[in-house]
Amino acid sequence: MSPLARRRWRQFTRNKRAYYSMWVFLGLFSLSLFAELIANDKPIVMYHAGELWFPVAVSYTDQELGGTLPSEAVYWDPFVLDLVESSGGWMLWPPIRFGYKVPDMYIETAAPARPSARHWLGTDDTGRDTVALLIYGFRLSVLFGLALTLISSSVGIAVGALQGYFGGLVDLLGQRFVEIWAGLPILLLLIILASIVEPNVFWLLATLSAFSWMTVVGVVRAEFLRTRNFEYVRAAMALGDSDLSIMVRHVLPNAMTAALTFLPFILSGAVTTLTALDFLGFGLPAGSPSLGALLAQGKTNLHAPWLGLTGFVTVGVMLTLLIFVGEGVRDAFDPRRTMVASGVAR
Amino acid sequence: MRSTQDGRWSHQVLPGESSQGIGKRMTKLVEVRDLSVAFGDTTVVQRISFDIDAGETVALVGESGSGKTVTALSIPQLLPYPYASHPTGSVLLDGEEMIGAGSSKLLAMRGSVVSMIFQEPMTSLNPLHKIGKQVSEMLLLEKHLTRRGASERVRELFDLVGLDESVRIGAYPHELSGGQRQRVMIAMALAQEPKLLIADEPTTALDVTIQKQILQLLRDLQKRLNMALLLISHNLTVVRSLAQRICVMTHGEIVEQNTSRRIFGAPQHAYTKHLLGAEFMDLPPPAARHAPVVAEVENLHVRYALGRHWFGKQRFLDAVVGVSLKIREGHTVGIVGESGSGKTTLGMALLRMIPSEGRIVAMGRELHALNKKQMKPLRQDLQVVFQDPYGSLSPRMTVGRIVGEGLRIHSGDTPIAEREKQVANALIEVGLEPDMMNRYPHEFSGGERQRISIARALVVKPKLIVMDEPTSALDVSVQSQIVELLREVQLRYNLVYLFISHDLKVIRALAHDLVVMHHGTVVEQGEARKIFESPKHEYTRTLMDAAFMREL
Repeated sequence: MSPLARRRWRQFTRNKRAYYSMWVFLGLFSLSLFAELIANDKPIVMYHAGELWFPVAVSYTDQELGGTLPSEAVYWDPFVLDLVESSGGWMLWPPIRFGYKVPDMYIETAAPARPSARHWLGTDDTGRDTVALLIYGFRLSVLFGLALTLISSSVGIAVGALQGYFGGLVDLLGQRFVEIWAGLPILLLLIILASIVEPNVFWLLATLSAFSWMTVVGVVRAEFLRTRNFEYVRAAMALGDSDLSIMVRHVLPNAMTAALTFLPFILSGAVTTLTALDFLGFGLPAGSPSLGALLAQGKTNLHAPWLGLTGFVTVGVMLTLLIFVGEGVRDAFDPRRTMVASGVAR
Repeated sequence: MRSTQDGRWSHQVLPGESSQGIGKRMTKLVEVRDLSVAFGDTTVVQRISFDIDAGETVALVGESGSGKTVTALSIPQLLPYPYASHPTGSVLLDGEEMIGAGSSKLLAMRGSVVSMIFQEPMTSLNPLHKIGKQVSEMLLLEKHLTRRGASERVRELFDLVGLDESVRIGAYPHELSGGQRQRVMIAMALAQEPKLLIADEPTTALDVTIQKQILQLLRDLQKRLNMALLLISHNLTVVRSLAQRICVMTHGEIVEQNTSRRIFGAPQHAYTKHLLGAEFMDLPPPAARHAPVVAEVENLHVRYALGRHWFGKQRFLDAVVGVSLKIREGHTVGIVGESGSGKTTLGMALLRMIPSEGRIVAMGRELHALNKKQMKPLRQDLQVVFQDPYGSLSPRMTVGRIVGEGLRIHSGDTPIAEREKQVANALIEVGLEPDMMNRYPHEFSGGERQRISIARALVVKPKLIVMDEPTSALDVSVQSQIVELLREVQLRYNLVYLFISHDLKVIRALAHDLVVMHHGTVVEQGEARKIFESPKHEYTRTLMDAAFMREL
């Protein structure tokens, strides 16, 4: 790690709120990456007919287990449970015995069921377990946000770099295009598009990327405009380096700071957009684990406040953590603060 | 205006008075005794003592970081207290102790007894206010003048500092030149007729001819107003013509203080001698007069497009107009001129970094006929070293990578180990250690950074190096080291330098041929030695007078 990076890291850790937010967020996120082992309607390990079975990883048919159906075994079905038990086997279940796809068939009350020992946060109006929805929904939101951030910032940095480095006509046309493109009403366009195409995750990712790359263009362009006149860039030109190489090796590392500062905020923006689309019903297809859909259910089922509250608290905590981390990153990259903290300048 | 005629303010000692010692003893205007200055736990100035008599000019000379500005700022107590502190010592100004004085007393002293002018006339004035307003502000505050009276007084002050009627009181700072701004700053400092004027590098940011004018002005004012002047400078030449006494500072200590004549005539301390030696560098070793021509420029024009309106005509700024020159092997061609004379533009055009018209021949090839790809192998022969030791190295690359860039571009198929060896050799060549390769530029001093820049140019074994003010941002003693290095390298590889500088001292120590530029045209060119001995053109003469402070 270069001394500057170390100083920035030290500045970041000094901001306790950002530092702990980062660990809490990373903890929640890595937990949610193992969602299949936490909330699933299949046992993790099963001992049956003298063998070990791994239903989470491998799909077994009912027939393989000794049943009659050629389809995949349904492990919470009393018949299958009986089958395994009678052969002297055992099942190791995840802490939550419901996935996000299949509703609980043996629910005692009408869906949405209120919180109970069986469903810690109740179920939604199709009988799906809220905790399972929440874990899978959190994971999907964050992964979606990360993918969108990665795509849109790469595109944005590339466009900003080209504009700033070449300047002149490229810059003029580029800026006008960005202005017009940014003026399009994104949500409305997405709603219209959603009525034509059946949206899925990748389709959504593509359309949202097409409209979210403008955020970093401005800062990267400004940094490139500034840096391209520096003497070290001119020295590289005098050495006969190619434009691409100068941009990537000499200018970009010095322009990245500004873009990096934006990343956490792009991430939280992406999460918010996905949630909003899902809430309006133009996002992920029905049946996906989605926090926006959970919020929409909370709105339609006001008599089941656990739905709305769960959705609200989850989205709220997630965004708050991301914003706190973003603030910490921004301050750590602020040269004035970094210098003050290390006593270089006052 | 404080007048010297009525004698009220005159601090001249009558003959015999001081020797008889009648009445109270003659008080010095400033008495600094055992003064130390500390920032936090680091002491930057250690137990220094000096005096300034009324009407006397004293100079504090030293290189950057020697503590001269800090010393000067502690007289009006302008340091960032309480972060700064004075562990020992006292500062008596006009008989009053300044250290520990209350803020109301300090306010009363500043402006009326002591005032300051600073190095940067660009940033010392508020760009949003008219200059007249900025000057009259303090008059209105302290002098209880009416608005009309104040504006009359401002005009008076402007006349005093040589700003004629063409400079309106209602002008904004950006409408003035650097020299005019510095004059406004001086007018501001004089507004309350201080007994002591502290001038912190008052001419460093200015062109040599303007420098000379400002120094003349300071000297005239000091005489006319019988004001004491504390001059802070890194430049001994500037100080020589003005100061009666000189204090040489290094590492927070005054190592020598004596009259100007003694300092220049018989310096005692090793550091003073070192500074003087750096100031007066030897002439360059001779180069063969009829060496082969390496590069040739014929009738070169460079014009920059100025702003264009939709239907207006495109306007141009002619930065270089019809310049022709021949550059011979092993020679250094010095290009001299003030800022805006087009000297840097000429260098950049020669390297084809900016578009130009005319003929450039280098290494026997016509450069304008080559496209970018054909130009690339030639780039190895034509290198450049820039002025700013901070801006010319990428802060995110290690020194090894910075120096190795040229090798990566031009001999990418050489194995990495071999390239690293060449980088190490280049570093040794410029007087650095090979194990510095893994460090980052910010860990180095200005002089070391400039050596890294030179290593970056040398590693590709060029034939011609354009030096764009490579020594201008450095301290004098570091300057002379770099000049020494450049000479050595030139002899070893029979290199050609196109040395661009406004600093005639450095040029004299390096250049075999000289080109004097003014407003984009060449006013005089030829053998450097001859031009230095007997400049033909009027402009060259003023430039030289100003640079070597003749007839001030």
